[in-house]
Amino acid sequence: MTYRQALHDTLRDEMHRDEDVFLIGEEIGVFEGSYKITAGLLEEFGEKRVRDTPIAEEGFVGAAVGAAMLGLRPVVELMTINFSLIALDQIVNHAAKIYGMFGGQTSVPMVLRTPGGGGQQLGATHSQNIELYYAFVPGLKVVAPSTPADAKALLLASLRDDDPVLFLENLALYNTKGEVPDDVAPAEIGKAAVTREGSDVTIIGYSRMAGIAGQVAAKLHDEEGIDAEVVDLRSLRPLDRETVVNSVRKTGCAVVAEDDWLTYGIGAEIAASISDGAFDYLDAPVRRVAAAEVPLPYAKPLEKAALPSAESLTTAVRETLDAVGARR
Amino acid sequence: MAQTATRSKPATRTKSGRTPARAAKSGPFGGESHELLRGYFQQMTLIRRFEERAAQGYTQAKIGGYCHLNLGEEATVVGLMSALRKTDLLFTNYREHGYAIAKGIEPGRVMAELYGRSTGTSKGWGGSMHMFDSDAGLLGGYGIVGGQIPLATGAAMAVDYRGGDQVVMCQMGDGTTNIGAFHEALNIAALWNLPVVFVVVNNHMGMGTTVDKASAESDLYKRAAAYRMHGERVDGNNVLEVRDAATKLVEQARESGTPALLEAVSDRLKGHSVVDPGKYRSEDSVQQARANDPVVNFRAKLIDAGVLDEDAAAEIEKQAQADADAAVAFADDSPHPEVSTLFDYTYATPVANDSRRLPADPVF
Ligand SMILES: Cc1ncc(C[n+]2csc(CCOP(=O)(O)OP(=O)(O)O)c2C)c(N)n1
Repeated sequence: MTYRQALHDTLRDEMHRDEDVFLIGEEIGVFEGSYKITAGLLEEFGEKRVRDTPIAEEGFVGAAVGAAMLGLRPVVELMTINFSLIALDQIVNHAAKIYGMFGGQTSVPMVLRTPGGGGQQLGATHSQNIELYYAFVPGLKVVAPSTPADAKALLLASLRDDDPVLFLENLALYNTKGEVPDDVAPAEIGKAAVTREGSDVTIIGYSRMAGIAGQVAAKLHDEEGIDAEVVDLRSLRPLDRETVVNSVRKTGCAVVAEDDWLTYGIGAEIAASISDGAFDYLDAPVRRVAAAEVPLPYAKPLEKAALPSAESLTTAVRETLDAVGARR
Repeated sequence: MAQTATRSKPATRTKSGRTPARAAKSGPFGGESHELLRGYFQQMTLIRRFEERAAQGYTQAKIGGYCHLNLGEEATVVGLMSALRKTDLLFTNYREHGYAIAKGIEPGRVMAELYGRSTGTSKGWGGSMHMFDSDAGLLGGYGIVGGQIPLATGAAMAVDYRGGDQVVMCQMGDGTTNIGAFHEALNIAALWNLPVVFVVVNNHMGMGTTVDKASAESDLYKRAAAYRMHGERVDGNNVLEVRDAATKLVEQARESGTPALLEAVSDRLKGHSVVDPGKYRSEDSVQQARANDPVVNFRAKLIDAGVLDEDAAAEIEKQAQADADAAVAFADDSPHPEVSTLFDYTYATPVANDSRRLPADPVF
């Protein structure tokens, strides 16, 4: 099943299970969603539960927050994370804070689904990986599934959670395929997954780069006998430092793979956590593979060069192992 | 002074702002129940005394942060709140102490929030700008100008979704009508026919900026026309005019889910907040505000009309002072929140790996 289908089916199932779940966003109804995640849902559930909005991100995200305060479970689709900046006030100043600033009296059980990521030649304003802006904020939860099965498990968890969850999708993942068992249980938000066991090096990634980390690890194993462990963060806030640190204590070195910009990025936080928790175990500096720090260009060769890839990650892993002298 | 603007249907009201039935009755207060009138005076006076005590608490450094008072806006506050049922929902800006009291929250709990105590409306987490009480239907005071407007639209959407008969009221200041959230939220409320009444308290100023310098259309109620919404302006210093207009719009929202925009023209007696001496204001505008003092004027009118005599008015004032003093005593006696509760309100659904560390704690 594709990542897209897993998202669609999970939304549909949850709408059947819980009358309070409704969808709201631009072009999600008649147009069936910019990326067709909500295809057929307007027909099935009607306008009350699948609500097309005007192009007014602050207005409809804020309306979803208000509806959630009264106990409904809005699922907002933001066409892409780039447009979430228009709604930043409602997400950061309101959704994230309402539980705390009113002393725990009302929560905001809302899911903000939104794809991010580059690689589609969409230019600088439509290709950003700005999940960090949200992962920085206490009160928000930020999850980033990398596989169809995880998309289902994390979406189930997000829909049933009483806090605002930013659910990060990635344009490059919608068509990826994977096994999705019928009985996938809701994930535990805040838990990373060790998706491949290994003893030579830890590769830490999330979303698109977690998948690439898995491919790179498999190839390095098959072709060079390198035994890499892969940690998929799955949740950027809360962040599961323990799983990362435990893995690095085992392997002695780490490479972080992220689609966002390097400076102040998610990888910086991971590297700092490794320094805090596994400094004595490190045999080499923590390497970070991240996007080039430029507004993402349109031209294909430039865009390709700017984004981290299997090749750049492979190089970083090899160089790290060279540094420890452990490369076989 | 009531004026209306609407594109969807013609104005149905008389010039006085009263319903025809009420206006037909004789005397300055028509057929109004004296008990109700005294009740309005009592509430307005209580808010006045409460805010004076809040200002005092601020200068004594018992209250921190920002502190925006309702002084001069008491008639608007009481008029609006008397149009709502207890179950109706209210969103306000940061100038909300009076609204909290008039919506039925114990003054002691309001003062305790100003004092940052655990008995406060938000357990000391909100302060002056962020009071909340779902039993009283106060769904929050908000510190970001205009941030509350989409929230109110969304709350009205939830009421509509569930088929409830509550009405949502959303209060804001005149300066707020220029922020994007105002336009987005009103447009959505109108498109989806949601039971929400937006109220602009026009005290002529947003901090030091006058309405005409901030708003290309300074008859703010006319902005409703852009959303095919009923818009109306009333004298915010006249508690009955505010109440009547608000009641009509609230009941219309309740019955047909129709949103509306009400502008109440009032005056700010003091600066923007307690620390603002308001030096930018002309002597004229200050004089005008004093002359329009809604509490003083309402008292005089009630006495003129024989609804109150001097003794009864003094008795109400004495009681209001006692209530404000009691609120201060309650706040003073209340405990500060325990530091051990610092991490209790980040997430409603507890999570694995929640980062619960104080600045001095090591990460590992
Ligand atoms: C988005 C935003 N911009 C600026 C401020 C700072 N600020 C607080 S109150 C205020 C004036 C608002 O005036 P108005 O809406 O007329 O309300 P009033 O204070 O008169 O009740 C400003 C500029 C803010 N809190 N939020």
